[in-house]
Amino acid sequence: MDDLVKEFLVESYENLDRMDRDFVELEKNPSKDTLGNIFRAIHTIKGTCGFLGFSKLESVTHVGESLLSMLRDGEIDVDPLITDALLAMVDVVREMLTGIENNGSEGERDDSALIAKLTSLQKCAAPAKTPAAAAGSAASAQPEPKLGEILIESGQISLEDIDRALEEQAKGDPRRVGEILVQQGAAKPAEVLEALQTQSESKTAVSDTSVRVDVGLLDKLMNLVGELVLARNQILQYTNTQEDAAFLATSQRLNLITTELQEGVMKTRMQPIGNVWSKFPRIVRDLAAACGKQVRVEMEGKETELDRTIIEAIKDPLTHVVRNSVDHGIESPEARRAAGKPAEGTLFLRAFHEGGQVNIEISDDGAGINPERVRDKAIQKGLVSAEQAARMSERELVNMIFMPGFSTAEKVTNVSGRGVGMDVVKTNIEKIGGTVDVQSHKGQGTTLKVKIPLTLAIIPALIVTSRGDRYAIPQVNLLELVRLEGEQAKKGIETIHGAPVYRLRGNLLPLVYLNHELRVEGVAAAGDASESQNPTINIIILQADDRQFGLVVDEINDTEEIVVKPLSKQLKGITAFSGATIMGDGSVALILDVLGIAQRAKVVSEVKERALAEKLESQSDQKEQRQAFMLFEVGKNGRLVMPLSMVARLEEFPLAKVEHSGDQDVVQYRGQIMPLIHLQKSLNCEPVEEIDDNQPLQVLVYAQRDRCVGMVVNRILDIVEQAVMVKREVERNGILGSLVIQERVTDVLDVQRIINDYDPTFFRQNETAKAA
Amino acid sequence: MADNRQYCTFYLDGHFFGVEVMKVQEVLRYQEMTRVPLAPEVVRGLINLRGHIVTAIEMRRRLKFAERPQGEVPMNVVVRGEDGEVSLLVDEIGDVLEVDEASFERPPETISNEARELVRGVYKLQDKLLLVLDSEKVVNLAA
Repeated sequence: MDDLVKEFLVESYENLDRMDRDFVELEKNPSKDTLGNIFRAIHTIKGTCGFLGFSKLESVTHVGESLLSMLRDGEIDVDPLITDALLAMVDVVREMLTGIENNGSEGERDDSALIAKLTSLQKCAAPAKTPAAAAGSAASAQPEPKLGEILIESGQISLEDIDRALEEQAKGDPRRVGEILVQQGAAKPAEVLEALQTQSESKTAVSDTSVRVDVGLLDKLMNLVGELVLARNQILQYTNTQEDAAFLATSQRLNLITTELQEGVMKTRMQPIGNVWSKFPRIVRDLAAACGKQVRVEMEGKETELDRTIIEAIKDPLTHVVRNSVDHGIESPEARRAAGKPAEGTLFLRAFHEGGQVNIEISDDGAGINPERVRDKAIQKGLVSAEQAARMSERELVNMIFMPGFSTAEKVTNVSGRGVGMDVVKTNIEKIGGTVDVQSHKGQGTTLKVKIPLTLAIIPALIVTSRGDRYAIPQVNLLELVRLEGEQAKKGIETIHGAPVYRLRGNLLPLVYLNHELRVEGVAAAGDASESQNPTINIIILQADDRQFGLVVDEINDTEEIVVKPLSKQLKGITAFSGATIMGDGSVALILDVLGIAQRAKVVSEVKERALAEKLESQSDQKEQRQAFMLFEVGKNGRLVMPLSMVARLEEFPLAKVEHSGDQDVVQYRGQIMPLIHLQKSLNCEPVEEIDDNQPLQVLVYAQRDRCVGMVVNRILDIVEQAVMVKREVERNGILGSLVIQERVTDVLDVQRIINDYDPTFFRQNETAKAA
Repeated sequence: MADNRQYCTFYLDGHFFGVEVMKVQEVLRYQEMTRVPLAPEVVRGLINLRGHIVTAIEMRRRLKFAERPQGEVPMNVVVRGEDGEVSLLVDEIGDVLEVDEASFERPPETISNEARELVRGVYKLQDKLLLVLDSEKVVNLAA
């Protein structure tokens, strides 16, 4: 893409983000400055896109600009209707920019409705109540210093000179202040020129000290620094065997410089969390309006910095939590007034550094989570048994909202309440080594606390040895090290039903033997405590979730800064490891995933609870005959489901992979030729207008014995659980009946019929195969 | 180039195999490996390849051949896949061969299931058969 266009996109995205914030601010607190900012931003976009030849973009921004200029000049007043229309314009502009970014053009689109709306608002909008405010133009909003001020400051002219010149101007003199001053003899031309230069310098100062850098380049730099850290470690290991003073001094210097460089590069990747938060006021505004609520957003610690990979990773979970708070947490204004609270709810975001981690708190002053309702819901959904629930503390109950399949919202909205939310939030945050905790006081509100590490790429770790292999344990999980020797080692470890435990300051600590967990055989190098022959036991006390446990290893080596490298696809499934790293001597060591190990060893009860939950669920299944369905979209408006049990796999095929056999579309799939059935055609659905050739085909694979058929759909939507109730018989080919799913009538696909229509022998052949 | 293709060849338990030369990044002698507990048994370990961590797959186990005799060390054929590099551990490296597309045949139905999954076809060379492996399928352990 053209560099010019690229720059325009980056700049415009920034402008749009700022506008989102400004609009929300404007509604609360209409000020000339904010309006001026918005006007300037849209004016810049309009100007540049006209220059670059994006005419549609220009026409939309043009009407927006006209409306804004009337607002700015005070001819009309800001009201929610206008804000909505202008925000809609911002969205349209953003869509167009995305279009330009993806395929270089604005796309075929018709925005005449929006343009008409914006134009009509200019005409019929109520005349301003304060026409006098028209005076202060946009220029006054600019914080740029005035020429006169500069000249006075440098002592060249007096205040009176300026006043006189300004008076001239007010009388209708079309010349600029500088010219008038020179003509009056108050200032020398050279002085004015100098002052003008100072003025323009102050305008550009900010942009001159910062440089826009491609993120890819930063990532590459980070990787290189990672390599450098490894090489440094290798050299430091080598220096231990050397005595050459000059070499030692040089490697010492290398060590220092590498550390500094590492810190510097890490800093370049740091971004303030405000970058994520800045989207929230707009989200909250739209959502609150949709729910009929009043919500104010407050922020503290916007400038708290995080690594950009982490910023990326927490963006969606945080957004989800914020939406949840507005949708479920904060009550309607009436309910709030009845409870003696101000009608406007508050959503408070707070971020701060603590102990090498970043804490983020999202609190609302809403209704809070009702532990009894959570309990009832959990029992009803079969997530816990009634006895289990009775034993749980209030805090444990509230934390059950993070369990998969949980949602207390009585009605499912398009925002939340489908029970796929909070557990995803939790898994996503845990994936980056963070933790989530929720605290709630009934009637007073809910606080969600998220703790996440500062960076992921280079972490301090403890290196241990088990059966001759070295492993790295991230230091965040580490609490303390215990070494038992002699008599202590023999007697220190007791067993309960075969499970080893250790008394740590009076509390029982469950022990996990690393070699047992990893099922590694072999003789320990330094000591094997389990056979109680060698008298040393090394216990590493670790924290997983809210539990502590002791990990027994053969040897504890050292702490080291390690560079985390991901494991390849073949090894992703092993939960005991979170990655690998290269040690000082060049060999590879695996990084232990403490939570994964704890779950394998069943220290963390989640696994047990989940297993139990699944068991209960299968029981309740039998009672209620619940069934899982695959929800997908065919054609323009067709929402269909089919039983999940009939879907063998979901696949994506690029269009280029589709071949033809006779008049049939086929693809090569797992060494077979798989025919494709276009459901849109089979069901005579209204086709989708825009078909993107670059989009891969979404295919549901149905397999029976060794044959399979692919059914092409437009979009795969969701997996839903539903009690089986076929509501209505339909006389339509390929449709079995209808169900109400997510409050919408949804057709059930007759899979057998569809396949039979295409190939009547499909099922018969299977039968003969069975008979044979 | 239209009718002829180049293959990087190697031996496994007496059989002669090949992968497309364009897929092969490099060939290395035996490298120290770090074993990965709990991993599928075909994964022999991890290799440090100039700062990249590469998973090594024992081809004898992947193709269900007998284990390599004690004392013999495998060679590495590093192939580029969709998901980064993977090293294939083989007995011995052969030449890079240019073969005539006309001598190609689909694998016979009678060969074992595992092999048929991974072998794309057979080239009938003058003195022996060259079995061509599908490197994408070989490194995809999920299937």
